[in-house]
Amino acid sequence: MKYFSLVWAQLFRSRTRTLLTLLSVVAAFLLFGMLDSVRVAFTSGGSVEGANRLITASRLSITQSLPIRLDAQIRQVAGVRDVTYGMWFGGIYRDPKDFFPNFSVAPNYFDIYRELEVAPDQLKRWQDTRTGAIVGESLAKKFGWKVGDTIPLQATIFPRGGSNDWPLELVGTFRSKDRTVAGNEEQQLVMNWKYFDESNDYIKSQVSWYTITLDNPDHASRVAQAIDAISANSDHETKTQTESAFQQAFVKQFADIGMIVTSIMGAVFFTLLLLTGNTMAQAVRERIPELATLKTLGFQDRTVLALVMVEAILLVGLGGAIGMGLAALILPVLAPQTRGLLPPHVPTATWLVGIALIIVIGFVVGLLPALRAKRLKIVDALAGR
Amino acid sequence: MKNTLKKWLLNAAMLFVLAVGLAFWVWLPWWGVLAVTVLLALWLLLTRSGRLALAATRIGIASLPQRWGASSVIVVGIAGVVGVLVAMLAMGAGFQATLNSTGDDTTAIVLRGGSQAETNSVITRTQVPLLSTLPGVARDDNGRALLSPELSQVVNLVSKSDGTDVNAQFRGVGDMAWSVHDKVRIIEGRKFDSGKREMVVGQGAKTQFRDMDVGSTLNLGNQTWTVVGVFASGDAHDSELWTDVDTLATTYQRGALQSVTVRTDGKPGFEQFKAAVAGDPRLKLDVETTRVYYSKQGGGLTTLINILGKVIGTIMAIGAVFGALNTMYAAVATRAREIATMRAIGFRGLPVVTAVMLETMLLALLGGLLGCAVAWLLFNGYSVSTIGSNFSAVVFKFHVSPELLWSGLKWALGIGLVGGLFPALRAARLPITTALREV
Repeated sequence: MKYFSLVWAQLFRSRTRTLLTLLSVVAAFLLFGMLDSVRVAFTSGGSVEGANRLITASRLSITQSLPIRLDAQIRQVAGVRDVTYGMWFGGIYRDPKDFFPNFSVAPNYFDIYRELEVAPDQLKRWQDTRTGAIVGESLAKKFGWKVGDTIPLQATIFPRGGSNDWPLELVGTFRSKDRTVAGNEEQQLVMNWKYFDESNDYIKSQVSWYTITLDNPDHASRVAQAIDAISANSDHETKTQTESAFQQAFVKQFADIGMIVTSIMGAVFFTLLLLTGNTMAQAVRERIPELATLKTLGFQDRTVLALVMVEAILLVGLGGAIGMGLAALILPVLAPQTRGLLPPHVPTATWLVGIALIIVIGFVVGLLPALRAKRLKIVDALAGR
Repeated sequence: MKNTLKKWLLNAAMLFVLAVGLAFWVWLPWWGVLAVTVLLALWLLLTRSGRLALAATRIGIASLPQRWGASSVIVVGIAGVVGVLVAMLAMGAGFQATLNSTGDDTTAIVLRGGSQAETNSVITRTQVPLLSTLPGVARDDNGRALLSPELSQVVNLVSKSDGTDVNAQFRGVGDMAWSVHDKVRIIEGRKFDSGKREMVVGQGAKTQFRDMDVGSTLNLGNQTWTVVGVFASGDAHDSELWTDVDTLATTYQRGALQSVTVRTDGKPGFEQFKAAVAGDPRLKLDVETTRVYYSKQGGGLTTLINILGKVIGTIMAIGAVFGALNTMYAAVATRAREIATMRAIGFRGLPVVTAVMLETMLLALLGGLLGCAVAWLLFNGYSVSTIGSNFSAVVFKFHVSPELLWSGLKWALGIGLVGGLFPALRAARLPITTALREV
């Protein structure tokens, strides 16, 4: 620590160069912070609660529905604690561009999705109101809905009495416990499945999926097999998997986000290595007489090595911290405008990878110049040979 | 004090000019760029100051090999920016091209009123004969209406690359489908026979999913299906599996249809048909040309990819500008004595500025070309799949078009312009006496 001011002074010996290099590092880590947040948000399977839940959907395809009688049969399976179900509704509000997910669900939906909090009186009202609907707080804020409003939802799949109008009464809002994913989770609307089932013209007694909680998460695969066995060889075979696996499989079909992010960041960091490596090499080359003087004064070889090394890591670290910090500042501003594509926070995993990258890049960049500084012969260096 | 203020004002003015220049550069079409290049070449070759600039550039470029390590930062940095940008835009362009080439202006797709996509649509069988009698519908030599009632079932297939489940579109088509979808050709095997559990697969589906070779069988909807042929259509249908509509309906116990594709008698025929559907109170249906329908399906995703590509490209470009600035400042600094000598023997400011700028632009151009080459070699024709709005895979290919390569090169030169200007100005402003005295 006692050499810190020395390293600091050396770093800003050539101010323009350090500043420009720093800004390149900032740009690289800003990009990394944002892209990797997207990757983490898409690949990590949602909440911790999600890992303890199973989703049962049709094996044939996600658009195929399942009979409601499975509800009672799944409850019989040993290890199942509770079951809820939902049916994709696919309604639009005003314009297809204002899309948000909407489902009809069982009355006990919020007992299972505990990470979504609803005031008890509002929940009761929803269960008692046939045409009632509950929406996420963010969604309500976006469209300026208040409890008591009528939401004129337009069906795209299921007409009601020959018309596409499904007016719903807003009876409450839910709030995500985990604020980091709130922007995403609070975009839903849920209505009563019973009302949907009785009122739509096309299908009766069908649901899109079942969500199952377990007594013991360790038994997930056994329970999943038992559930799938119920409908084996029927015309509605099921596929049961953990909620996180279900979501990941779905997201992966959009694009291999991990692959895209990794290749972009590979190109960026390769360039960065070259750039900062070049800067450090230059910095050491210019300072040869000074380093030789340090050695003459009695600094040991390994101290000089450490000095250059620390300088490199400091340079990358400073730029990296500013870049990641910027990403953390920008994401909350951008996130609401991208409809859940960008996460509102830089997740911990991204911070950790970022720090690891800073150390590795700093080390690689500093190694060659530092070795050169270490191997300097005082006489040659001072003589300018 | 007065001097620093003047310098500051000058730099600010320079930044402003640069911003305007960049905006102009982005807007400039190819013939504009060509004109600028020709003017520059004429100036370099024909005027005295131009020839001086050329001479100064030659000196600079001659010493380039000594600074190869540092200069490669510019080349590789810009290559990275251009490569990523071109690849991202090629992805968006490829996706849009697939959807745009699907459908045309004379084929109509009929969906239930209010449904945005096929998945959401329901058309009862009794409506099909009604549609076939309407005016505007094209007919074959035997007088049969060219329309294909269709049903599309989303099925789970296994992807070839990583063995995960992918949703694909299993489409049942009517007897007339081969005349209605006239772009579809069988490239391997034969057409399916109606009534048998046989199917033909799109060439895109064949590359993305398992068990798609002619002769192989797979289990869908608890029935065994045989692949009897492969078709090519060059559009979004390439990602689908096709079979007879009635066979599909019985397998999945679906009474109703989802869409009807109708070939109409040219554009007037389409208008006639559309008006006829709207005028019939028994048909609450939406009619669109297939071109409109399919290009709407991808709209959001293409814009998203394009915006994302440009945002990422911009951030990377900013980083690359700093890298270029750094390198060129260092180049000017190491050549300080040389440049001062040149100015002492009569090279004026303009030739010196031009020399440094031209050198940077040359490096930027190299970087741009490298980036374009890498993007083209790695990604042109690279085939990926994404999920379309019918909950099923759309296979498409990256399309690295000449326009994209061109805009990549423009980005590269833009970065070179910004990265070279300030170091060039420093070179021109270097006080000769101090520079000559420097060790």
